[in-house]
Amino acid sequence: MSAIVIRQGLVVGEDGPQVTDVLIVDDRIAEVGVSIEAPSGAHEVDARDCWVGPGFVDLHTHLREPGREAAETIESGARAGALGGYCALVAMPNTEPALDCVALVSYVLERGARTPLDVAVAGAITVGREGEALAPLAEMAALGVRLFTDDGIGVQDPLVMRRALAYAKPLGVRLAQHCEDERLASGGTMNEGALSGQLGLLGRPAIAEELMVMRDIELVRVTGAPLHFLHLSTGRSLDMVRAARAEGLPVTFEVAPHHFTLDESACATYDPVFKVHPPLRSADDLEAIRGALRSGHVDAVATDHAPHAPELKDLAFDEAPAGMLGLEHAASLTYEALGPSPDPATFFAVLSRGPARIAQLRQDDDRVRHSAHGASMVAGEDANITVFDPASRWMVDRHALASRSMNTPYDGRSMSGRVRTTIAKGRLIVDQGVLR
Amino acid sequence: MDRHEGALVIESIRGRSLLSLDDLSKAAIVEVLDTAESFVEVNRRSIKKVPALKGRVVASLFFEESTRTRLSFETAAKRLSADVLSLAVASSSVKKGESLRDTIGTIDALGIDAVVLRHRSSGAALQVSRYVPHVKVINGGDGQHQHPTQGLLDAFTIRQVLSERHDTSGLESGSALFEGLKVLIVGDIRHSRVARSDVSVYTTLGAEVRLCAPGTLLPDEVASWPVTVVHDFDEALAWADVVGLLRLQSERGSGDFVASLDEFTFTHGLSIERARRLKPEVLIMHPGPMNRGVEIDSRVADSCQSVVERQVSNGVPIRMAVLYLSIAGAEGQGL
Amino acid sequence: MGSEDERKARTRDLTFSAKSQLMDAEDVKRALWRMAHEIVERNHSLEALSVIGLQTGGTSIASALASILSEVSGEPVKAGLLDVSFYRDDLSRNPIPASSATDIDHDLTDRTVVLVDDVLFTGRTVRGALNALSDWGRPRAVQLAVLVDRGHRELPIRPDYVGKNLPTSLDEAIVATLEGVWIGTKERS
Repeated sequence: MSAIVIRQGLVVGEDGPQVTDVLIVDDRIAEVGVSIEAPSGAHEVDARDCWVGPGFVDLHTHLREPGREAAETIESGARAGALGGYCALVAMPNTEPALDCVALVSYVLERGARTPLDVAVAGAITVGREGEALAPLAEMAALGVRLFTDDGIGVQDPLVMRRALAYAKPLGVRLAQHCEDERLASGGTMNEGALSGQLGLLGRPAIAEELMVMRDIELVRVTGAPLHFLHLSTGRSLDMVRAARAEGLPVTFEVAPHHFTLDESACATYDPVFKVHPPLRSADDLEAIRGALRSGHVDAVATDHAPHAPELKDLAFDEAPAGMLGLEHAASLTYEALGPSPDPATFFAVLSRGPARIAQLRQDDDRVRHSAHGASMVAGEDANITVFDPASRWMVDRHALASRSMNTPYDGRSMSGRVRTTIAKGRLIVDQGVLR
Repeated sequence: MDRHEGALVIESIRGRSLLSLDDLSKAAIVEVLDTAESFVEVNRRSIKKVPALKGRVVASLFFEESTRTRLSFETAAKRLSADVLSLAVASSSVKKGESLRDTIGTIDALGIDAVVLRHRSSGAALQVSRYVPHVKVINGGDGQHQHPTQGLLDAFTIRQVLSERHDTSGLESGSALFEGLKVLIVGDIRHSRVARSDVSVYTTLGAEVRLCAPGTLLPDEVASWPVTVVHDFDEALAWADVVGLLRLQSERGSGDFVASLDEFTFTHGLSIERARRLKPEVLIMHPGPMNRGVEIDSRVADSCQSVVERQVSNGVPIRMAVLYLSIAGAEGQGL
Repeated sequence: MGSEDERKARTRDLTFSAKSQLMDAEDVKRALWRMAHEIVERNHSLEALSVIGLQTGGTSIASALASILSEVSGEPVKAGLLDVSFYRDDLSRNPIPASSATDIDHDLTDRTVVLVDDVLFTGRTVRGALNALSDWGRPRAVQLAVLVDRGHRELPIRPDYVGKNLPTSLDEAIVATLEGVWIGTKERS
């Protein structure tokens, strides 16, 4: 029997935050209450002035295994995730080869099971992510896959997408889409606008994303199947999905931290660390996303953690691969963006509860192999818990990250708030900001 | 070009890299033009050499093949008595994805004072200057972004020709003759680094610039540029004091942007008929190489209004001026 | 001082402030006349003479000297301007000056060149001029005429014709033009 007691943190339960203790015995929350008497040998975690809530769930991580282990492995990604407060990661299928069949999904699930975290897999929608033939969604669902996406690219053909939605609906799984029309975005490397024209860089226009968002909302309307929009990056995309959601359509969306902290002006240095798809957008889009985050209208913050071997980001801007790291600083950036008086409930909603619902990893979901996430912080729930210290200040050092790669756009930037403790399935895996 | 907020404006290129004309103030540009005047004179002598950069090493690193520009830069460096390390890194022998950092690091290890860089990627010159901050980087053309020495030699040529007509020297003219000068730039502006450099230099010097191009060949959000976009090509030709034509690459005229080269010539080619609308004293310019019969009729190219040959011959003095100021100068000096 | 001279004094971010005037325009004129006669005396014939003024300080003085020589000999004397900026050996140590025109319209081979400058100081400008001259042919002889010699030579260079010898200290500055000669200080402006 192992026990951990978390003392006097602001526990963010579904009835509202209160300062109280949390006792964890083995892999469950045993008790939540004031001045808990802990069993002898229990590890004490001092959570005074900290927020205590359900461990974070990342809907969107690129673990690069199989195929690009130089950039990241499932193991190193899990370490990065743990330091960032994540107890569950959904691994994206754009590996080499793509995760479009039982054999490859099993491979990742098994390797993920060796880490202290829950590593879930998002399977590909189409074979090879080529956007033509449907992948065996049912077989993958039997392994526990609940999210499917061709991420890296969206399903370009509307007929294929319609069929995929129709097929997914009775399976009870959810499709997720990287919305960008490839022809309109065609080879662009940054947001299309006055700046791209001035810098001589081909642009990816906002309408490349917005037209696909529009299309897929209508396909959801016609099929009734749920759809999750990955990394929405423009104010208009957000408006459209929110309106659809308000109508009652089964749509959800996530935003990535880089889209609520950076805008296209960062690309003026031609530093490929700022190259990402969809690209960093205008200052107005940035404000729109921050506004939606603060007002509680965002379903999930997802990191889109995209490691790349250092030599690849040393190339010219148009040659370098797109993507930035995210796991280790998403929580701090979310905290900052929720300011000036960040609401802890919103914090855990976007980082944990919202994603847990979308990934179907909650207590009541049919999880096959994973533990439950997005806890309401009551006795009996699986102990996936994160302790976040809002007062802590730290600086990002790209050489000191747990990730194998270094492509963070925040190198040298100071951060407000930091994950102090991460408890996954009842095991203390990060304490005092350090991996155990 | 509108400078993005916070961008540093450089008052002189002495002791500094030359990456983009967007960075330069009017004074910096005029200083280059004035210095080039002296080098025009040097280039007329029988011994076309001065010892100003003796003992200095200039590397010429061309990732995009361009015999003319590379020779022009290398001649300029040699006439300043610099040692030249020439690397024509043709795109076939460099596998795509070769690290810029590694390539420049190898050359820098040999000990260089400056590198002239041409690369197919926009921003390559700025990226290289970050890898070797102690080396002066002269941008010889980066992707679709800028070609600063072309912009400078274009401005220099205009000043030279117009000063001669008024019987004064370029030095005496300073920049006054650019105030209100009507410059028309025509062609594939969207993909042209020369166009961006020309717009920068002409607008900084006070000229009034108009752009004319097929709708698919205009830059994104061109409304934010300090220029006027016009659609009536014939009217624009009658308005202009200077007409700058751009080369249309064959792949652009193959259906994606424009139906065909013939179609382009039909809408925006400077034909003999259209040339009749030009002011008699107009200057016709082209950065070269010209696609005779596409953007310009062959006879118009050879007419007395064309100053293309002057542009070519001004390439060396301008590049000598840039190399001299950048390498021999110390940062922070001014007049 | 005239504004043109003020501008020349204001080169290199330095402003000249005069302490005292040592020669006025009349003094300068007399000195130039004397130097012109010395040139004639030494060279006999002016036909093979080229008076070359060094940019920027020597140009108006060379011009004045050339016109006096023409008057004295009754024939026009060949003249020219030489910009020495690209020939200096101290480019990395000192600020590079703004380059100005070199204008020499004849071959200097077998001619006697009289280099003319306003102030002779370290001798490095003249050394640069000698380097430059070799690109213009091979003169038979080169002579040096300066309005003021202020001492502090760093190279073995000596003037043939001097308007005035003025010992100075290193922290002083001299301005010498057709309008006069002043001694003072140069400060960063």
